Amino acid sequence: MKDEVTREERVENLKGLGCSRKRVEDARFTQGKGNYVDDIKLDGMLFGDFVRSPYAHARIKSIDTAAALEVPGVLAVLTAADLEPLGLHWMPTLAGDKQMVLADGKVLFQGQEVAFVVAEDRYAAADGMEAVEVEYEELPVLVDPFEALKSDVVLREDLVAEDGSIPAGAHGPRKHANHIFTWEAGDKEPTEQVIVNAEVVAEESMYYHRTHPCPLETCGCVASMDKVNGKLTLWGTFQAPHAIRTVVSLISGIEEHNIRVISPDIGGGFGNKVGAYPGYVCSVVASIVTGKPVKWIEDRMDNLMTTAFARDYHMTGKISATKEGKITGLHCHVTADHGGFDACADPTKFPAGFMNICTGSYDIPTAYLEVDGVYTNKAPGGVSYRCSFRVTEAVYFIERMIEVLAIKLDMDAAELRRINFIRKEQFPYTAALGWEYDSGDYHTAWDKALKAVDYEGLRAEQAQRVEDFKAGKTRKLMGIGLSFFTEIVGAGPVKNCDILGLGMFDSCEIRIHPTGSAIARLGTISQGQGHATTFAQILASEIGLPADSITIEEGDTDTAPYGLGTYGSRSTPVAGAATAMAGRKIRAKAQMIAAYLLEVHDDDVEFDVDRFVVKGAPEKFKTMKEIAFAAYNQAIPGIEPGLEAVSYYDPPNMTYPFGAYVCVMDIDVDTGVTDIRRFYALDDCGTRINPMIIEGQVHGGLTEALAVALGQEIAYDDMGNVKTGTLMDFFLPTAWEVPNYETDYTVTPSPHHPIGAKGVGESPHVGGVPCFSNAVQDAFRAFGNTHTNMPHDHWRIWKTANELGLHD
Amino acid sequence: MIPAAFEYYRPKDMAGVLSILEEHGDDARVMAGGHSLIPMMKLRMADVPHLIDLQDVGGMSDIEIGSDSLRIGAMVTQSQIIEHAELAQVAPILREAALQIADPQVRYMGTVGGNVANGDPGNDMPGLMQCLDASFTVVGPDGERDIAARDFYEAAYMTAREDEEVLTAVTVPLPKGGYAYEKQKRKIGDYATAAAAVQIVKEGGACASASIAMTNLSDTPVYSEAAGAALVGTSVDDAALKAAVSAMLEDIDPADDNRGPVAFKNHVAGVILRRAIERAWSRA
Repeated sequence: MKDEVTREERVENLKGLGCSRKRVEDARFTQGKGNYVDDIKLDGMLFGDFVRSPYAHARIKSIDTAAALEVPGVLAVLTAADLEPLGLHWMPTLAGDKQMVLADGKVLFQGQEVAFVVAEDRYAAADGMEAVEVEYEELPVLVDPFEALKSDVVLREDLVAEDGSIPAGAHGPRKHANHIFTWEAGDKEPTEQVIVNAEVVAEESMYYHRTHPCPLETCGCVASMDKVNGKLTLWGTFQAPHAIRTVVSLISGIEEHNIRVISPDIGGGFGNKVGAYPGYVCSVVASIVTGKPVKWIEDRMDNLMTTAFARDYHMTGKISATKEGKITGLHCHVTADHGGFDACADPTKFPAGFMNICTGSYDIPTAYLEVDGVYTNKAPGGVSYRCSFRVTEAVYFIERMIEVLAIKLDMDAAELRRINFIRKEQFPYTAALGWEYDSGDYHTAWDKALKAVDYEGLRAEQAQRVEDFKAGKTRKLMGIGLSFFTEIVGAGPVKNCDILGLGMFDSCEIRIHPTGSAIARLGTISQGQGHATTFAQILASEIGLPADSITIEEGDTDTAPYGLGTYGSRSTPVAGAATAMAGRKIRAKAQMIAAYLLEVHDDDVEFDVDRFVVKGAPEKFKTMKEIAFAAYNQAIPGIEPGLEAVSYYDPPNMTYPFGAYVCVMDIDVDTGVTDIRRFYALDDCGTRINPMIIEGQVHGGLTEALAVALGQEIAYDDMGNVKTGTLMDFFLPTAWEVPNYETDYTVTPSPHHPIGAKGVGESPHVGGVPCFSNAVQDAFRAFGNTHTNMPHDHWRIWKTANELGLHD
Repeated sequence: MIPAAFEYYRPKDMAGVLSILEEHGDDARVMAGGHSLIPMMKLRMADVPHLIDLQDVGGMSDIEIGSDSLRIGAMVTQSQIIEHAELAQVAPILREAALQIADPQVRYMGTVGGNVANGDPGNDMPGLMQCLDASFTVVGPDGERDIAARDFYEAAYMTAREDEEVLTAVTVPLPKGGYAYEKQKRKIGDYATAAAAVQIVKEGGACASASIAMTNLSDTPVYSEAAGAALVGTSVDDAALKAAVSAMLEDIDPADDNRGPVAFKNHVAGVILRRAIERAWSRA
């Protein structure tokens, strides 16, 4: 039969790379048919919940559970004393520290888990929690890391030797009882020399406030210990299900093959669901103790107050340059507030994540970074909230320092960026702080962005606005926010990236079914990124079967190959590469089968969209569908039956997405109210797999950037009370607060990734935060503002205007 | 976020409501839309052993417009206020204010009666009703009585309504002249950083009367008689605006919170009032 379908149509039918294929997940999500952890209901399932500390720092004198056990429906109340014989009253953190599962003699932050009440339902558990009597003795509270480093108050007695000396921690020597580590990158003395001798030096201190990823679905799990077969099943909101399985095995002693971890649908993660929480451990123990499944689900206040926060970096910078604006050196010191336990989720060798990407997109010959981690009476965490490890902090730092330097030089900030960008021909580029940037074309992206927004015109309009303001014709100022960011994602090469000793490779296993459809399983887990849609597209292009015929499955450790999970924009760079590589193994075998069927040598056939054709004779071909069937019904000499492949991919390098953003904002000087008139976002994430999903990711990341820049924070009072524990005070933007975004792109493929993709989910957050912030700061530049700290909510903007004398 | 156990009642008439209130005193609370009370119960900040749901009682869901006043049943929702075309004609300030309360989902449930009766200083309707010189009808064991909105609020969550009384209706004299409800908030769904309700009458180029009330700037709504008086007889020029703002600032007593410190709130209150007066005057 003659093939009447054109090649173009065959490409289109695959819905492969570059296709804005609709998300296959959305059919269930938009109908309310998703299956989240709290949707799991098992026979006899119990419900556990925590009694939490009202104090930020207190000794526990006694815990009386008798009255709670009298509450109808309450079956057990676990305390540290119950977990101690099992060795589970403390657990290891991802950062090499340990943290209390339940308060062991003291509490270190408000909301800390003190006792776990297990009841027949969540109502009985709530009543039981009220009935647990805990006697506290309040201790002095440290909420400021600078104070903590001077204080005699010791937060972690467990980390001080009996003779009062301070033993080294997981990341080297410690300077004080409340000090966790000092981490350095770059060359200290050469950098200091360059700065001392520089023609121009700009200095600034900035606080990147504490905030929280706040996924729509809070954290939770269901633990079910089957005492008959000795198997533990743990469903949970896990961004890294395999790592959780290994951790549970290591701390519980249950052999890993007897543990099945399942991440069902997850309602957003943004880093919040990477680490291990006391709720997981207590649910497992409670299931073992009671012999019944136990569910634990946080409420919103639990989530905001106790699970992993983000940021909380006090950063001080010095940047030096020639009078013409060529940057010569950069110095950065960070005092990092890690809370009561060091539970940061970073690769083991990077206690400050990839903060050493803080030279940004610029060719800075000399640089030095020093980070001091500090304990305080705040919740532990320190996760990468919609960014690769601490990259948001790094990019905010450099994008503010560039603006501060532009002020010092009395220069246009766009031009200052342009003359300092790493040039296209310099890639691969080794930065002063050690990273090798794989690829980039910054000037092209920057020129495109500035042209798209008519940058010159905007500056002219702004200058006129300043004149009008001074003349009393308007009370609104105009800010032009610029940001050029370079992300570093796809952790990462096993040689320098591991978590708890587990190399950060990822994996894909593919099975082609006889009729030409397929299932692929990965070590990652989607939390809204659309993996089921995009990974099928990668495979469609690689193996020539339609994306609609490929099922993607993730999250069940009994079926998926081992992987390190989804965070830090690593799914496409690492698991996406594994998918392509596994696809190529399929194709290699398919080529042999095709050659056999076409009775030619293997080298005489070539792949063409969805088939192998005989070279020079395109009318002679076998489609991948035909080849799949042959793999199962033909006895081919020298070839095993079946068509399956698995690939574990250890990336040779990180990928370095970048982008150029511009924000135009009007600010009401009298009320502090901001109005975002325009937001333009150009992203270069290399090869674009699904433009529609990219656009969705950019909108989401920008919206979370807007939140952080303009109001979202976890604020504490002096007593360590969380002031922003509900969504009334914790800013989560809605459609009302969000402007229209204009998205754009350039394509600079990654040279080392099999399909040239770089990852995009987090770029808009990384680049967006400084862009919104720079817009606010820029509005006041003409009146003498150099820097003000985020979040730029109404009263803080009003305060800036007030201090600049604009209300007089 | 789980409330303590409570008994749930859903009486069919007001007599049923009143008998439960009489039996349980302040252990019982009535609920209209529930959007203030239920969150408080879930946070265990309100202990309500006996919860009386008013939705089957009837007779409190009408908007009646008379020749010199209008009457809004306590169970009328914010959404119904917004959608009522005739109401928007005779008292447009109600719609303008209701559109600034919470978000559409909350407005489908939240009622006028609940909003004014709860005594939460963050609610928008109490200040608005003081501006409009409304009165609230309450019914109790001794029958009905009317309480002026301007006399109703004693402190946060403390009102002139007795524990065994139920607020059934709000009566508003038909407003005259120009109007404005101006509100600054951090985000959709938020309570006001500062809000001002202004109703102003212009005669021959001069202000004949002005009524001004402020929201969330004290532990009760603030009806500022002096601020209104400062405008009367003027052409609402800059000096009059300044005088009105100064008078208002004497009457409010804002507190520090996550929205900002007192100095900021005072400043914004002045800006918001000024804008409200200017807008109302332009419509007068």
